Amino acid sequence: MFVVARAPLHAPKQENALLAHAVNLLVPMSTDDGEFHGPSIGEFFPGPLLFEDTPFEINRIMLVRFVAVAALLLLFWLGTRRMRVVPGRFQSLVEMGLDVVRVNIAEDLLGKKDGKRFLPILTTMFFMVLFMNLTGVIPFLNIAGTSVIGVPLVLAIVSYITFIYAGVRKSPKNFFKNALFPSGVPWPVYIIVTPIEFISTFIIRPVTLTLRLMMNMIVGHLLLVLFFAATQFFFFTAPGLFKLMGVGSLAFGLAFTLFEILVAVLQAYVFALLTAVYIQLAVAEEH
Amino acid sequence: MLHAVLKAATEESTQNPVIPEWYDIIWSSVCFVIILVFFWKYVLPRVQKMLDERGEAIEGNIAKADEAQRKAEAALEEYTAQLADARAEAGRIRETAREDGKQIVAEAKDTAVAEAARVTASAQAQIEAERQSALVSLRSEVGTIAIDLASGVVGETLSDDAKAKAVVDRFLADLEADTATAGGKN
Repeated sequence: MFVVARAPLHAPKQENALLAHAVNLLVPMSTDDGEFHGPSIGEFFPGPLLFEDTPFEINRIMLVRFVAVAALLLLFWLGTRRMRVVPGRFQSLVEMGLDVVRVNIAEDLLGKKDGKRFLPILTTMFFMVLFMNLTGVIPFLNIAGTSVIGVPLVLAIVSYITFIYAGVRKSPKNFFKNALFPSGVPWPVYIIVTPIEFISTFIIRPVTLTLRLMMNMIVGHLLLVLFFAATQFFFFTAPGLFKLMGVGSLAFGLAFTLFEILVAVLQAYVFALLTAVYIQLAVAEEH
Repeated sequence: MLHAVLKAATEESTQNPVIPEWYDIIWSSVCFVIILVFFWKYVLPRVQKMLDERGEAIEGNIAKADEAQRKAEAALEEYTAQLADARAEAGRIRETAREDGKQIVAEAKDTAVAEAARVTASAQAQIEAERQSALVSLRSEVGTIAIDLASGVVGETLSDDAKAKAVVDRFLADLEADTATAGGKN
């Protein structure tokens, strides 16, 4: 069971097969009337609630995103409504959060001047991803707003446009030369290197940004559902001593809830950091 | 049962999570734009303003502290100077006092010596006077006694004063001569 549970972390794309496998393992244990509801990919496509079949359809996950945005706006509005030179407790906390992006990401990688230029984008990315990730472990929301491709894709496109804009604005010649024709390579090698660099810079980067975030959140959600559904099944359906296994699955569920909080923060940090790195590489004079 | 579960799983998984829906993209963009505008136009300018103010406040405080330090140093310098002045003044006063004291002692000594000399002199003068008067009175007394005695012895009154005086004087001169010879022998 644990092997099954851990496998999706390493190979998220094979999740369907693995989930089917997990169901296979569990089904023999269920009694005739006991139904075990394993997690499925359908959970990321809940039924529409409003504006069905229009480009403005709203389903449960969209609502979860709105809740996250509302919480974010409220928190930062309260935290920066009355800024004091000598901060109170709450303002210190909000400042600490903003400083993670301002100091540790923007200024460290881009320097004071460029850091300030791209700070709004980086701050938005970090906190949008963070808040929408955290909805995955908040009771009653229970799904990450970033676990559907929209948010990761939009943010990856923003990141893509931003770093290309930064590079072209600085010096189009340098930007494309650094990106496609790395220095210190004899010219025939460019025949191989340039396509690779092109793919890695202009195609792989946004794709990995999108998939890394989305798959982390999907897998995290599936893991939690798996553990808690198993707990439910063991406690209320499984016969006799199998009920004891529910204790173990519950403990793992709680442990992975904590782990998901870590992943939420980490993915937000990674997303903003990678965007900053791409901008830095784009505005660099020479690699 | 198993088939039912698997069938349900495969049916549900026909939706590919990597293919975005339009509504997904649209609402994500709306969320992004809202948050971006919020941070860009509201949060970050306020934070920047506060950070600037904080920087200024810190710089102001440092300037103030410098000022205070400078003042304290000036005060200390002044105080030290005053202290040195006071020390010199005290030394001078002490020196003067010592000089004055010495002078007073010397004066007192002189006065005392003079006084002592005066007292001694006056005492000696008095003693001399006493002696002279004693000598004079003794001389007349001795003369009278001697004459009385001699009168008695001679049976004759030496009524003539001039004669008597001559006799007494001779006698006394002899006496003194005797005394002198006796003193000289001694």
